[in-house]
Amino acid sequence: MIRDITIGQYYPVESPIHRLDPRVKILASMLFIISLFLVKDFFQYIPALLFVSVTVRVSKVPLSYILKGLKPILVILIFAFVINIFLTRGEVIFTLGPLNVTKEGIYQAFFMMLRLILLITGTSLLTLTTSPILLTDGLESLLNPFKRIGLPAHELSMMMTIALRFIPTLLQETDKIMKAQMARGADFESGNLINRAKSLIPLLVPLFISAFRRADELAMAMEARCYRGGENRTRLKVLRYTKGDLVAGIFLIGYIGMIVGARFYL
Amino acid sequence: MAIVVENLTYVYDQGTPFQTTALEDISLTIEKGEFIGLIGHTGSGKSTLIQHFNGLIKPSSGKIIINGLDISGEKVKLSELRKKVGLVFQYPEYQLFEETVYKDIAFGPSNLGLDDSEIQRRVIYAMDLVNLDYDEFKEKSPFELSGGQKRRVAIAGVLAMEPEVIILDEPTAGLDPRGRDEILQQIKRLHDEHRVTVILVSHSMEDISRLANRIIVMHQGRIEMSGSKEEVFSHGDRLEAIGLGLPEILYLVKALRERGVPIDQGVINFEGVEKTLINLLGGSR
Amino acid sequence: MIKINNLTYRYRTTEYDALAIQSMNLEIARGEFVAIIGHNGSGKSTLAKLINGILLPTEGKIFVAGHDTGDPETIWEIRKTAGMVFQNPDNQIVATVVEEDVAFGPENLGIPSGEIRKRVDSALEQVHMWEHRLKPPHLLSGGQKQRVAIAGILAMEPECIIFDEPTAMLDPIGRKEVMETVETLNRVKGITVVYITHFMEEAMRADRIVVLEQGRVILDGRPREVFSDVERLQDMGLDVPQVTLMAHGLRKAGYPLSEDILHVEDMVEALWQLL
Repeated sequence: MIRDITIGQYYPVESPIHRLDPRVKILASMLFIISLFLVKDFFQYIPALLFVSVTVRVSKVPLSYILKGLKPILVILIFAFVINIFLTRGEVIFTLGPLNVTKEGIYQAFFMMLRLILLITGTSLLTLTTSPILLTDGLESLLNPFKRIGLPAHELSMMMTIALRFIPTLLQETDKIMKAQMARGADFESGNLINRAKSLIPLLVPLFISAFRRADELAMAMEARCYRGGENRTRLKVLRYTKGDLVAGIFLIGYIGMIVGARFYL
Repeated sequence: MAIVVENLTYVYDQGTPFQTTALEDISLTIEKGEFIGLIGHTGSGKSTLIQHFNGLIKPSSGKIIINGLDISGEKVKLSELRKKVGLVFQYPEYQLFEETVYKDIAFGPSNLGLDDSEIQRRVIYAMDLVNLDYDEFKEKSPFELSGGQKRRVAIAGVLAMEPEVIILDEPTAGLDPRGRDEILQQIKRLHDEHRVTVILVSHSMEDISRLANRIIVMHQGRIEMSGSKEEVFSHGDRLEAIGLGLPEILYLVKALRERGVPIDQGVINFEGVEKTLINLLGGSR
Repeated sequence: MIKINNLTYRYRTTEYDALAIQSMNLEIARGEFVAIIGHNGSGKSTLAKLINGILLPTEGKIFVAGHDTGDPETIWEIRKTAGMVFQNPDNQIVATVVEEDVAFGPENLGIPSGEIRKRVDSALEQVHMWEHRLKPPHLLSGGQKQRVAIAGILAMEPECIIFDEPTAMLDPIGRKEVMETVETLNRVKGITVVYITHFMEEAMRADRIVVLEQGRVILDGRPREVFSDVERLQDMGLDVPQVTLMAHGLRKAGYPLSEDILHVEDMVEALWQLL
């Protein structure tokens, strides 16, 4: 189950997209999200679809792998679809009990679904093609100018790194504690909602205690390795824009131009 | 017979590219009252095997029968099984969660649906087994205890379910020699006085040779050897080959034998070796 | 390398007040491999943290390569000189990729990227983890993780490394890997090693063993000397090598076996003389 979730996971292959500077990719993802909200009809989706298909192709991440990532959010997709179908007013095509299915509803449902799929595919490409370290480095570098207004850019990116580092460890630990409590007769699966919530205490308490112990030990280990915040720190890998980034930038501007053009001038 | 395993196979992530066979065609019998030492490297399958005994993992194929109850079947009540088999995981102190030692040890018995007086009797019994004074410790928070004490509380939490078979996975990992000896002593008492069938999983040949009557050696998801200590230790080369080795004292015996000193195959423990050497040295005092 | 003068450390919390270290004097020379043993609560871990400046002495002083650990000006110099490897390999790895983690120390020291690259590669080669450099740490075995942690310290180019029970949570294979790495660092690279452990078979391999009890140095000497005091060690609840114990038993039974038998070969030779 946990293994199925591909959102947020890095897919390590060599590709021009993987080689792009993480800052370019983060900015591109943000612009892409905005562009999706500018789109007002199916026709205008064509550049967005083109943009995503070209990027996926160049990134060498198999399409099936990306689609697998959609599985966990299938519920949300279906929910959004159903809500749109039934709750959009307009020309009624047929009725299901108290609910009306309208022409506009069907249009709207497909429209929203396409938007969500594009949104998730596009943004998951960011994490699929960027190692967590580069992602946090890129974020830190992009946030750096905001340091002046008191934004702790380095600390935020360090927190993200540590969170990413410890997620698998804590998942393993959860599994272990759960089994240990089940061996003592704990039941995590049956009973009503209140009982189920109660039954989580034997899992959550040890998990929190362990997370705090880990945090404590990690802090000590970091200090022993001369960590003293972001001041005067150097990096193993320095972020540098290359020709590839320039090409990507031009491509991106072209895409945004098309979306904006389609939205306002067609 | 306490445990019968027939042709047990377990495959992780069946049908995915991650598919791995953790256990392959394992058959074994453990008699009531035995003290089994289960040894093997990380990844040899021993953890997967013991989790089957407690119903935490269902076999991919094969059968497990515990005291006559086929637990691989569909309709097994797990609570019934957990009364029969207790499982103490590695670093069990990390599963403590209650405010007091009493409540934590009572967690297992209360999950069995016992009444309060029975629960109390069991907590007293379990604390006695791990040598923690009931009046002194019952109201203490488990989190203010020392590492060794925490571990004993956690073990008591499983013992309080009064299982007929207890499985301990590396119960002495990370303890200092004194803490280790105490725990091993308590496990021995549990077996000798309370007739509980014990399966001790350990990396330490020394610990296992001190306590177990029978040793099961696992390697790459299969049972490599199973037999009395004498039998298993007579295959020193094979044990070495799979990276396990012998208790240190047997290397002395081996080296002496190679020089032609006549030492009987049955001599496998410290006292035995000492006695033999004194007999051999006899005149040279 | 390390000089401990009249050190006392008082450990105090709301419900606990004890002297973890009591007027201790100890000197560790450059290039030495010193094992520190003693049961839980004997002050071993506290001592390690004091040397690294994570804790500060209540009384007395500790000098690492001439720097006082109590001086906030030189604390980073000390941590760079005397690196520390902890017990739980999981809780000292910061980054999500092996090589990034090894780079963490040098990055903190402000070393230029090109130089970091060299140090990271060389450190990973020394602990034989170079081919795993791009892996996420959670996919490694315990022994491999601990070697990554050691590489992380090596990349800071320390003169001395303090190991606080680095093998306590590892299986025998992992223990062997770590122990061999530590020995090589000491014998080949000349790094001073302070090695805290419960495992007497590891302590036996040091040049010198220091035994602590209740925050005091009880025994201090070469392994053969320290282990010859069988009864004292047993009283303290510490392990003694099986052959040493056997020799001790036979000596008590009246056979003239030497006191400094430590290895199986020593015992075989000694018995051969008598048989």
